Amino acid sequence: MRSSMFAAGFCAVATMAAADTPVLTVLTYDSFVSEWGPGPAVEKAFEADCACDLRFTTAGDGAALLARVQLEGAGSDTDVVLGLDTNLTAAAAATGLFAPHGMTGANTLPVPFADPLFLPFDWGWFAFVYDRTRLATPPASFEALAASDLTIIIQDPRSSTPGLGLLMWVEAAYGARAPEIWAALADNIVTVTPGWSEAYGLFLDGEADMVLSYTTSPAYHLIAEGDDTKAAAPFAEGHYLQVEVAGKLAATDQPALADRFLAFIGTDAFQSLIPTTNWMYPAVTPAAGLPGGFDTLIIPATSLLLSADDAAKLRPGALDAWRAALAR
Amino acid sequence: MARRAGAVSWPGVAVAAALCLLTLGTLGAVLARAEGASLTPADGSAVRFTVLQAAVSALLSVGFAVPVARALARRRFAGRGLLIALMGAPFLLPVIVAVLGLLAVFGRQGVLNGAVQALGLPAVSVYGFHGVVLAHVFFNLPLAVRMILSGWQEIPAERFRLAAALGLGPGAVLRHLEWPMLRAVLPGALVAVFLICLTSFAVALTLGGGPRATTVELAIYQALRFEFDLGKAALLAALQFALCAGTVLAAGWLVLPGAFGGGMDRPVQRWDTDGPLARLMDAGVIAAAAVFLLVPPGMVVARGLPGLSDLPAGLWAAAVRSVLVALVATALCLVAALALGVAIVRGRWSRTLEAAGMLPLAASSLVLGTGLFLILHPVIAPYRLALPVTALVNAALALPFALRLLLPALRGIEAAHGRLADALGLTGLARLRWLVVPRLRPVLGFAAGVVAALSMGDLGVIALFADQGAATLPLLVQRLMGAYRMEAAAAAALVLVGLSFGLFWLLDQGGRRAAS
Repeated sequence: MRSSMFAAGFCAVATMAAADTPVLTVLTYDSFVSEWGPGPAVEKAFEADCACDLRFTTAGDGAALLARVQLEGAGSDTDVVLGLDTNLTAAAAATGLFAPHGMTGANTLPVPFADPLFLPFDWGWFAFVYDRTRLATPPASFEALAASDLTIIIQDPRSSTPGLGLLMWVEAAYGARAPEIWAALADNIVTVTPGWSEAYGLFLDGEADMVLSYTTSPAYHLIAEGDDTKAAAPFAEGHYLQVEVAGKLAATDQPALADRFLAFIGTDAFQSLIPTTNWMYPAVTPAAGLPGGFDTLIIPATSLLLSADDAAKLRPGALDAWRAALAR
Repeated sequence: MARRAGAVSWPGVAVAAALCLLTLGTLGAVLARAEGASLTPADGSAVRFTVLQAAVSALLSVGFAVPVARALARRRFAGRGLLIALMGAPFLLPVIVAVLGLLAVFGRQGVLNGAVQALGLPAVSVYGFHGVVLAHVFFNLPLAVRMILSGWQEIPAERFRLAAALGLGPGAVLRHLEWPMLRAVLPGALVAVFLICLTSFAVALTLGGGPRATTVELAIYQALRFEFDLGKAALLAALQFALCAGTVLAAGWLVLPGAFGGGMDRPVQRWDTDGPLARLMDAGVIAAAAVFLLVPPGMVVARGLPGLSDLPAGLWAAAVRSVLVALVATALCLVAALALGVAIVRGRWSRTLEAAGMLPLAASSLVLGTGLFLILHPVIAPYRLALPVTALVNAALALPFALRLLLPALRGIEAAHGRLADALGLTGLARLRWLVVPRLRPVLGFAAGVVAALSMGDLGVIALFADQGAATLPLLVQRLMGAYRMEAAAAAALVLVGLSFGLFWLLDQGGRRAAS
């Protein structure tokens, strides 16, 4: 009896406390909120002057985020979704669940980028990463890679966002010739993994010469491990971009706080955390510049990015061609 | 016999109903949100690949398990108990950890290719259909061995004594004692392994080498994650249920009841296995199985050691969460499996109840999680229930294994002592307490160990429900791998493997000690 009264009292106090401090719920992918990701520092910095409680909820990756938003529908507790990429934004916009952010969204992306619903928070170039001690002269294009007997590990475009990015990369670079490129690459592909982490783990274990990742991947090994053996191979066709974005849900019960968070994303306090926690380029280069080590990374001469609508339109055909070429 | 035909065991029926609700009910919840659905030719080839790899994996796993179980049943040597326990390790490893362990042996830079290349032979690739089958045999051989081994151990000692008295040689013992036992045990083992392989996803994709190795579960994943096509996901999940139901029904025709009657619970002594050739063969079979099953987990341990000095801060909290979830799941699962098992052995509708007990094996955990999410979300924020839901789902998903382990023993107890207990009017809880549980303790302990370890290693639905604070150990391993921290991930995986195996060992030993 006493314990139930205690519980009742506790609940009342908790409810009062909750009523005092508004809660902003941000749905993001798993690795963002881990202790080594940007999440904890972002939370601290934002809570320092918002007089609110920033709460992260998580789903596996970008695609899982969109699925979660659709599952929750209009009854969602989520205020802001952080971590979709441009291959998913057309589908996200089509749900009608997102509201315009109404900001200029100034950014330092290598291509012009503006979207009324989504603000970029970081970006990266996809690239094939290799170990310099095992591979002296990396291929300089998809065609050179396909003609070589080098082995690669890629991710499945049906279950991972980098896998989908590679599909779009080949599509953007080769258009109608994409099926031919995939057919030529088929014998280089050791295996196709469900997600990025399996592929990268297999590569580090020496299962293949190269792995699909980002041009910024070598920065992790250099800065966090003092290991300069990893490098990304520049491709003549140009490199496809992954742009990660955040958006506000129309049904949010904290619209002002959500706007404040979206504005916070563009500030140095948020952007300066990105390079060495998410290992991507910040959407707005901080005043202090990029951390040491990032200057060693390759800078592709050409950046490729399909519009969200084109990416959505091309995906089914590209997926069929990919499957047909690799299922031989 | 009269009460046997008439009695309905309500706790068992309640468990079966709960399982139906959890598997079919969640499927219904997903279906209710769907807007039409259709399948493509690609889904057809996914079904074909799924069934083919599962059938081949089941045949090979069980085929190899027979000689291994036979050798283990016939021989007594120092460390036999420990070896049998350790050989169960692959079944208890989290999938991605086990795959990395397998690749450390069979991969391009693995031990095997090192040896092959040292001999000047061309490198062997593990990726492809054979890689999928190899991994599935690795995962499921231990389960098949344990199921068949317990069949061997349940042949009453008196039968071997009689065989020896009649002067029967190994061939005659095989024909009259061992073959009838195998005939009763093998279909169940085949079905269990087939069903496990049917819902495989990460193994098949990672080792399959590409879209040829697309399983139904991957197609479900794609439909849920990338296309948000709930109708298609539900349709595929229903198809998976149909495949599994067909298998279980077909197996129902094949399974024969054991025909040995009762013995006096004496330890088995054998007189037909002393030839030097038989000894040599058994030793060879046991050694080969031990190498195949123990080296990859050994590699997991070796990979994890360097990172142990620098474990991530959240690791121990995640470990405590995982252990608690595993213990709750184990308790739930054993109570449910025991209730269901007693109902199947003694009550009416036993075929139906047994099929309900296998349902979770057929369920797509993705659809199950999604359905639960859809049901809970309007009522309560799902992250508040992350751990209870994970424990419940893990208990349900592990129940078919616990049930498979308990059923033969329950049937044996019923055959040996059932009539006497009936005559004494020993029923209900008293019967459980005085007759069933004391004889069941070793199996209960082993089943508890298996369930706890499965629950420790399973990502289950936690990924769909977890928030920032509620990571379990497998989720932590995944997060570390997703953030380049492969060494820390390997160390966390080692902690996970150590805890899983420790739990398994404690519960298994606890059961055996209590029994002796």
